[in-house]
Amino acid sequence: MTRAERIAALKAAAKQRVLILDGSWGVMIQKRGLAEADYRGQRFKDHAVQLKGDNDILCLTRPDIIAELHDAYYAAGADISETNTFSATSIGQGEYEAQAAVRDINFEGARIARETADRWTAKEPHKPRFVAGSIGPLPVMLSMSSDVNDPGARKVTFDQVYEAYREQARALHEGGCDLFLIETITDTLNCKAAIKAIMDLADEGYEELPIWISGTITDRSGRTLSGQTVEAFWNSIKHAKPFAVGLNCALGAELMRPHIAELSRIADTLVSAYPNAGLPNAMGEYDETPDQTGHMLHEWAQAGIVNILGGCCGTTPDHIKHVADEVKGMKPRALPERPTALRLAGLEPFELAS
Amino acid sequence: MRPVFVNIGERTNVTGSAKFRKLVAEGDYPEALSVARQQVDAGAQVLDVNMDEGLLDSVAAMKTFLNLIAAEPDIARVPIMVDSSKWEVIEAGLKCVQGKAIVNSISLKEGEEKFVEQAKKCLRYGAAVVVMAFDEQGQADTQDRKVAICTRAYKVLTETVGFPPEDIIFDPNIFAIATGIEEHDNYAVDFIEATRRIKAELPHARISGGVSNVSFSFRGNEPVRRAIHSVFLFHAIAAGMDMGIVNAGDLPVYDDIPAELREAVEDVVLNRKSASGLSGTERLLELAPKYKGGKSEQKGPDLAWRLADVGARLTHALVHGITEYIEADTEEARQVAERPLHVIEGPLMDGMNVVGDLFGAGKMFLPQVVKSARVMKQAVAYLLPFMEEEKAGTGRQAAGKILMATVKGDVHDIGKNIVGVVLQCNNYEVIDLGVMVPADRILDEAVKHKVDMVGLSGLITPSLDEMAFVAGEMERRGFTIPLLIGGATTSKTHTAVKIAPQYKAGPTVYTLDASRAVGTVSNLLSPTEKDRFMGEVAADYVKVREQFARGQGARARRSLAEARDKAFTPDWTTYDPPKPSFLGTRAIGPYDLSELARHIDWTPFFASWELVGRYPAILEDDVVGAAARDLFRDAQAMLARIVQEGLVEAKGVVGFWPANADGDDIVLYADEARATEVGRFHTLRQQMLKDGANVALADFIAPVGTRPDYVGGFAVTAGLGEHEMVATFRDAGDDYSAILSQALADRLAEAFAEALHRKVRTELWGYAPDEPFDLDQLIGEKYRGIRPAAGYPAQPDHTEKTVLFQLLDATAATGIALTESLAMTPPSSVSGLYFAHPEAHYFGVGRIEKDQVADYARRKGWDLKTAERWLGPILNYEPG
Repeated sequence: MTRAERIAALKAAAKQRVLILDGSWGVMIQKRGLAEADYRGQRFKDHAVQLKGDNDILCLTRPDIIAELHDAYYAAGADISETNTFSATSIGQGEYEAQAAVRDINFEGARIARETADRWTAKEPHKPRFVAGSIGPLPVMLSMSSDVNDPGARKVTFDQVYEAYREQARALHEGGCDLFLIETITDTLNCKAAIKAIMDLADEGYEELPIWISGTITDRSGRTLSGQTVEAFWNSIKHAKPFAVGLNCALGAELMRPHIAELSRIADTLVSAYPNAGLPNAMGEYDETPDQTGHMLHEWAQAGIVNILGGCCGTTPDHIKHVADEVKGMKPRALPERPTALRLAGLEPFELAS
Repeated sequence: MRPVFVNIGERTNVTGSAKFRKLVAEGDYPEALSVARQQVDAGAQVLDVNMDEGLLDSVAAMKTFLNLIAAEPDIARVPIMVDSSKWEVIEAGLKCVQGKAIVNSISLKEGEEKFVEQAKKCLRYGAAVVVMAFDEQGQADTQDRKVAICTRAYKVLTETVGFPPEDIIFDPNIFAIATGIEEHDNYAVDFIEATRRIKAELPHARISGGVSNVSFSFRGNEPVRRAIHSVFLFHAIAAGMDMGIVNAGDLPVYDDIPAELREAVEDVVLNRKSASGLSGTERLLELAPKYKGGKSEQKGPDLAWRLADVGARLTHALVHGITEYIEADTEEARQVAERPLHVIEGPLMDGMNVVGDLFGAGKMFLPQVVKSARVMKQAVAYLLPFMEEEKAGTGRQAAGKILMATVKGDVHDIGKNIVGVVLQCNNYEVIDLGVMVPADRILDEAVKHKVDMVGLSGLITPSLDEMAFVAGEMERRGFTIPLLIGGATTSKTHTAVKIAPQYKAGPTVYTLDASRAVGTVSNLLSPTEKDRFMGEVAADYVKVREQFARGQGARARRSLAEARDKAFTPDWTTYDPPKPSFLGTRAIGPYDLSELARHIDWTPFFASWELVGRYPAILEDDVVGAAARDLFRDAQAMLARIVQEGLVEAKGVVGFWPANADGDDIVLYADEARATEVGRFHTLRQQMLKDGANVALADFIAPVGTRPDYVGGFAVTAGLGEHEMVATFRDAGDDYSAILSQALADRLAEAFAEALHRKVRTELWGYAPDEPFDLDQLIGEKYRGIRPAAGYPAQPDHTEKTVLFQLLDATAATGIALTESLAMTPPSSVSGLYFAHPEAHYFGVGRIEKDQVADYARRKGWDLKTAERWLGPILNYEPG
């Protein structure tokens, strides 16, 4: 299949069923108990600083493990797997002094996922598998002050954030991803820089790929870390004409549900959700079992509030399998029709109906 | 359907507001932000920001201001309109807003190519656009040109760029009318009719405009200008105008405009022939001076008070706590005063007397009075340099000088600070020595400053003894000036029975709250009232002492042995104590302040300002509702600031230990072997005669030899940085903010204790994992388990904190220290024990007998005298 055919197939599948995204990568990599040497491989054996913990770099140094994880998730029933590139921007890799490897990480990350997906599609042509290029948050925020004494201070500029995302998006595109997934968004302005970076790729002749946007509601306040309500967030990113919009991370299914229901009400595009496996316990571990996750997300599908389901922190292939099995054969959410209106946003939404 | 009109705030526009331009040019961004806040408060639904000024670096100013707005949740909640005629400024602005903004504006002025390029960028930044009716030929003036240009732009945007039509807002140009040039007479009609057609022909598009242009020829005559705006909008909105840049809240209601003026304005706006045969413009010009008013009026709501004379203005500012004009008004008063000092003694004190009267009459409330003090301080600060310049200035004559201090060992001073401010408002000079002040320093300073009286404050029970000690020292050193006693644990009874007898040479007076303080002080300093007042107090205290003495005999108690026989005894054979998820201690935090802010119990906050009532009902209270709402709004703003700027930090520590009860003690073990004792909490038992059990905290723990049980402990603070925060406000002369921030830190600490207790119940100890989350329930304490604190009714002995702090290593973990009286510092701190037993409940130990005091002394390794000192407030007998 060409990429255009795959995108058409993805859109067709979304009309037929609830699509399944993979689960957590961090936990799965952690379980391997990798050592510094694994992270370094041959290429970085003389790297100046510690690389252990830089999971993205494993795309280059332990591609076998990354391929195995994609494989495990596809085997569990995932339609879509994410590239292992959550923090693979020049800003995210700065901590490991691995900025120079950013292009290669993203390119290889997309390529490994592509190969695995294509193998599954060949094996099960009735259920094609897709690759979402993961574009995660940055350790720096454009809407929040970096200095308590100076509320106007910022560590980075919009242009720097834009350039970092542009480099990542271009390499993911070239490596063969089917769509972009801007995820775990804590600051909508950072996200808007990523959206513009992706949209601007079209000017360079890159084929336009669907954009999937997943924000993070950090706590019970129902707001993003940068202070927006769910509806304000949607109004602020709608111009990307996203293939899907959703929420992930920070909350478990139980606490995320009201916010997904709200998004489901207002977003006239697909809605996705990939919560954590509950809230972390006192040891920072996630206790929610696969059948619990499956049970709760089944109810969401039944209520018709989601089109794509998956897992974030603490979820495993077993969780994804339970979710996939539970929602098999269920109807996806129907897109709501909303009256045309001028919709703006500050931290709160603004609507001027026609 | 009723037309909806969107107000776009215009005061954060350097081209429209001279004040804002000056603030930005001078780099006074904090004040510039307050302009934005006023706009939002006054109802602006979108905030227009414009930095187009030749002498400004507009790009830098736009970035700076928008980044600052992002840090102010009460401003950032509304969308921004990025307003500039320069594209580079617009683009710089778009890079600073996370929400969906409006760009104001783009146009076909420089041709289609440039228009498409800019529109595409707006689309990718995610902004709606205002499109000016402007093309290569120039600005559209006639109705037809307006419609033609907008139609062309609409087609390009929707067809070439793919712009959503609902995100297009047209500005068909509002031009000045009544200029005397005939061609201009139809401009308003052109706009109104073009609006009607655009709305009909271009689906989903919107109409906006800068309204003030229309009345430009009447500048200098604000009442007429506003009448023109009001009439113009009335017709334009009816034709479909959706939004406009107007000063929110400034316009007269159409129907309220005097008929004669309205008719003349209507003729001009609608370009009608007037009945008089004069042209509409001529007629309006003739009428205009009549409506001009005495002087050019200020903009903004309810500014009529600005028209009064300077004395009345100062009074108004003081009563309403408005600082905005205080320096200008003070200067005006100084100009006419013989000496700067006379401004204070004259108009300012007159104003403060009004405040004092209203407060005394219950028509003003404490938070409002403290705000008045802030205004007063600013006025005085303004006058100070002039007074210093004037060598002859010998300082003003205060009504009296009062020294205030929180006594040794105590750190709580919110109440004392409030009293200090209120006294200052009433023209008393207050010398505040702060907290933890030893007796000798209090008295040395009193002598040095020749004060008229001394006020002592304290919150924890050991401070009661310290106050009695200070009183005794005053006697010994030959003082005769009045001594005032106040603070949460003080009482009239304690003052009469324990403190006053120590100081026979002068009057000792208990003061219930800040409202009473003024009356007490003025009575004590009044040559005519003093004797009468002191006589009344003395007589009252004699009665109180007699009552106390009678009560002493009547309070029968059980012996300790009997009380122990009636201990609370759960069935330990059927109860399996839950085991915590860990043993030992764990540090918590820094804890998320915004989370705590959401869980504040507001009722006690209002009480600390002497506004009594339950939140949220208090906000609607007939009497104090308005004051409560104002205070609540200020508190929310301050809270947002504390959270945003991280002015304080919250840290805590929690611990669990294997434990069993050994008589009335709770023994803590190093581990499950329960062989090594690591600590011991001593508890006190009720001895009152009553039905039901005589409870001690130890009853809630399984006795040695029954079952393995556990006890927990915690210490939390939200006061790291509190001292600096409060000092910063106070040094800036802003006592209101100082007290407000302090009271909020206190509330955050309580919220932290609540949040942590919940975490303990649901996770850390985990005996109630499914507890529902409901703030009212939490505050109502309808859950399993308790967290009693030392120094409170269930364990009145403050020294038990020492044991807890050692076990938790609390000072190292949280930065909380204990003073010699065992007050926690910073004051916004909470500590206590955790009990998990389902029947554990709060209770008061009440007064205890000598047999228990002796037993307790033995268990603690004290002599009887030490025990009697620490347990002084609960002794059921007079120690020998």
